[in-house]
Amino acid sequence: MTLNDLITILPLAFLAAWGVLLLLVDLWIPANRKGLTAILAAGGLAVTLGLTLARGQHSLEAFNGMVSVDGFAVFLDVIFLGSGLAGIALAYDYLKRTHIERGEYYSLLLFTVAGMMLMTYANDLVIVFLALELLSLPLYVMAGFARLQLLSEEAALKYFLMGAFSSTFVLYGVALIFGATARTDLPGVVAAVQGGTANPVFFLVGAAMLLVGFGFKSAVMPFHMWAPDVYQGSPSSVTAFMTVGAKAAGFAALLRVFVVAFQSISADMTPILWALAALTMFGGNILAIAQSNIKRMLAYASIAQSGYMLMAFVPYGQGAVLKDTIAAMLFFLVTYSLATLGAWAVVIALEKEENKDLEIADYAGLGRKYPWLGAAMTVFMLSFTGMPLTLGFWGKFYLFSTAVEGGFTGLALVGLLTSLISAYYYLRVVVYMFMKPGEPTLTQDPWIQLTALVSAFLVVALSLFPGPLLDYASAALMLLR
Amino acid sequence: MTMVLNPILLMTFFPLVGAAVILFFKSEQKSAIRWTALITSLVTFGLSLWVLAAYGRQDVGIHRLWFRIAGLPIHFHMAVDGLNILMVLLTTFLTPLAVLSTWKAVEERVKGFMIFFLLLEVGMLGVFLALDLVLFYIFWEFTLIPMYFLIGLWGGERRIYAAVKFFLFTMAGSVIMLLAILYLGWNAKTFDLPALLAARDSFAAAQIPLFAAFALAFAIKVPMWPLHTWLPDAHVEAPTAGSVILAGVLLKMGAYGFLRFNLLLFPQASLQLAPWMAGLAVIGILYGAAVAYTQKDVKKLVAYSSVSHLGFVMLGIFALNAEGLSGAILQMVNHGLSTGALFLMVGFLYERRHTRLMESFGGLWKSVPVLAALALIVSLSSMGLPGLNGFVGEFTILTGAFGSAALGSPWFAGLSTLGVILAAVYLLHMMEKVFLGPITHAENRSLPDLSPRELAVILPLLVVIFWIGLYPKPFFGLIEPGVAQILAAVQSAALALH
Repeated sequence: MTLNDLITILPLAFLAAWGVLLLLVDLWIPANRKGLTAILAAGGLAVTLGLTLARGQHSLEAFNGMVSVDGFAVFLDVIFLGSGLAGIALAYDYLKRTHIERGEYYSLLLFTVAGMMLMTYANDLVIVFLALELLSLPLYVMAGFARLQLLSEEAALKYFLMGAFSSTFVLYGVALIFGATARTDLPGVVAAVQGGTANPVFFLVGAAMLLVGFGFKSAVMPFHMWAPDVYQGSPSSVTAFMTVGAKAAGFAALLRVFVVAFQSISADMTPILWALAALTMFGGNILAIAQSNIKRMLAYASIAQSGYMLMAFVPYGQGAVLKDTIAAMLFFLVTYSLATLGAWAVVIALEKEENKDLEIADYAGLGRKYPWLGAAMTVFMLSFTGMPLTLGFWGKFYLFSTAVEGGFTGLALVGLLTSLISAYYYLRVVVYMFMKPGEPTLTQDPWIQLTALVSAFLVVALSLFPGPLLDYASAALMLLR
Repeated sequence: MTMVLNPILLMTFFPLVGAAVILFFKSEQKSAIRWTALITSLVTFGLSLWVLAAYGRQDVGIHRLWFRIAGLPIHFHMAVDGLNILMVLLTTFLTPLAVLSTWKAVEERVKGFMIFFLLLEVGMLGVFLALDLVLFYIFWEFTLIPMYFLIGLWGGERRIYAAVKFFLFTMAGSVIMLLAILYLGWNAKTFDLPALLAARDSFAAAQIPLFAAFALAFAIKVPMWPLHTWLPDAHVEAPTAGSVILAGVLLKMGAYGFLRFNLLLFPQASLQLAPWMAGLAVIGILYGAAVAYTQKDVKKLVAYSSVSHLGFVMLGIFALNAEGLSGAILQMVNHGLSTGALFLMVGFLYERRHTRLMESFGGLWKSVPVLAALALIVSLSSMGLPGLNGFVGEFTILTGAFGSAALGSPWFAGLSTLGVILAAVYLLHMMEKVFLGPITHAENRSLPDLSPRELAVILPLLVVIFWIGLYPKPFFGLIEPGVAQILAAVQSAALALH
């Protein structure tokens, strides 16, 4: 390991080291003062965020090309670190309230974020797998953090089994690609395919295995079955972090591998991706209608959002469209993350011990009693739907427009029609909050409310001036290859 | 002209200032909130007169790059011309009247009501003024949100059902329109309307499906038969002021969309499909009128009469000649005034008796003569009596439809005249049931007549109703440049077709 290697992965190395240190330091922090651990963890994330932003968008390679840090990685890392910070802000009061407060939570969260960051750096399939495990293993523990509660234990076990299952798919895919090309580094794989030395059948099957494995991670239909139970059973602060971070990380890995290494098989992959995207959009949205539990509804809604993200992959083989595709995906991830974290903040603000107040019907009267929080939740629901004057509108606008640019007008139509379906169940939350009588009570924790209100403000304000964010997203992809 | 002193910008966004001020009041300060809303909407009306004064000057619009998405520019482009000037004036004119009409009717959560109402005004003005397709779409969709809350929070018994139905119906149309907008954008590399008009050739091959996609969104909004089913629900459940704005302005957004986008962007498809659209319009005229006659609820009757009247507007638009188009635009204003006034009358009755069923009334002329006389004038205007506004509009439309080359048959106009007769039948039927005859219910004996506030709401409408009826020339003068623009597009398309 040279000095250059270390400098290149400095933010990641710092975060991982901080996580280990925190694990030790936490031993000396008394059980009634775990807020200190939370502050230390947040501080670590903030420093990492500073280091990440300070390096700018220029590309660096390290470890003989196994790791590359570029604008794409930096953009995603900002999302991951932001969701990590939100994950801590949402957790502190929530863990105490539900009597599951332990210092390990924060260390595990830091390890997960480190795994996500490594995922964005990965330029080698082995690193991809390493990152996948680094981000998944702590998440399995976090899903079961409310152990002794059956739902949480079920979530952890299910997540672990399905996660391990999907990891084998990834690993087998990597093995097949290695068998086909004799390489695991992405440039080497490309060179082997272009040089004609690759076995096309093994290569294609390997690529499909990777798609399935990451499809599991990102909850793409039909690989989504674990998601509703895990999202519902995990402690809400974990779910909030998981729906944003883990999903985005899965898509980040998939996007880089597909765009860089799998250009040659785009003709075979495009119809499959088309079908998966359409299925996920339809299935997620239709199943969400039937839910009465808010966590479950948001889980299915988040599956549906995976479908929209997958839409960005469909034209990945068209060189001219590719640039917009990646930018649209990154931009959509920002819109999705802000609204998702905000919505979960509202859920957490309302949730009581032992999974009480998690039915949509429990939201009755929220808008009247707490107009600001109700307004914030309305903003998130409208943003998920894709209504104008929320960032979600531009997110979908960008995605659909690149689909049309790539000639996939039919897929854009599916996206628009399923958005219409989604309006029904998103509006139902608004109906309960504002139009039905009720007397809900909220936790008065400032961090949770701050997360909700700041997210809502950003969702609206950035929709009025999306230019800089769009420019940042389109600059991020230039350095992808 | 600078950004700050641009009359269009100031007028469109001024209601936001009022809404922001209202945010700082306490919920209990109802009177202060009401006055703030009223003054805000009156100032907005004043600003719209400034826009009118500046109308025709080249530099009055605002046109600058907002940002680029996927390399496509999105412009902040708003301007006033012959197609939208009357719609803008109608919006700013009706809003303060509607606000004033809520003084007694809205007692709960006045603060939220007024904020949503002012937000709605911003959205409506934006729809009429936006000349970039994406900007237009943003305003178009945005109007859904305040109206959804106005119906859902301050509406009648089935308000939630009506609000959700309203939202989903409109959104169903607009998502398809968004797809067409994206398609246009990628083919012409712009969303700016003037640039799109110059680049019509780039999407000429797909004119018919594009026309259909836009038409679906607008036909739902108008609403044209058979897409009208959300309207009676929304109207019946909406609070009076909401109904006034819904009928007065929101429905016009659909007809305006046909004029501004369908006819200008796809003139060939418009010519080819004109008989079909006119056919739907005629069905709407007759169907709306027939169903209106059978209603027991006065508000529902007025709601169905809207379906019929908007049928006339659509017939005029797809006559595709000068008479039809200018008659249609004027009739859009007329319907806003007459139907707005009718809804206000229904609201006045409802505030007195808390029912809208015709059978609960009867003989009201004796107890509330002023209200009854004004209601008669408004009904006569709605059914198209010469000397009042409705006649001018309908007559011009029918003249246009009768001689229309695009429709190719006088039967469209012929059948529609039946609608005029049917309008007289159902409106006079209503007048008879509600106001004439003996007083059958004791409660109706001692009803208070119109208060000065209520007169202040209704009289401005009557002034314009008479003005248009007796001297419509200045109104036609304002419309003319817009009609000329459409006619030029249609004529060149007709030449290309033959």
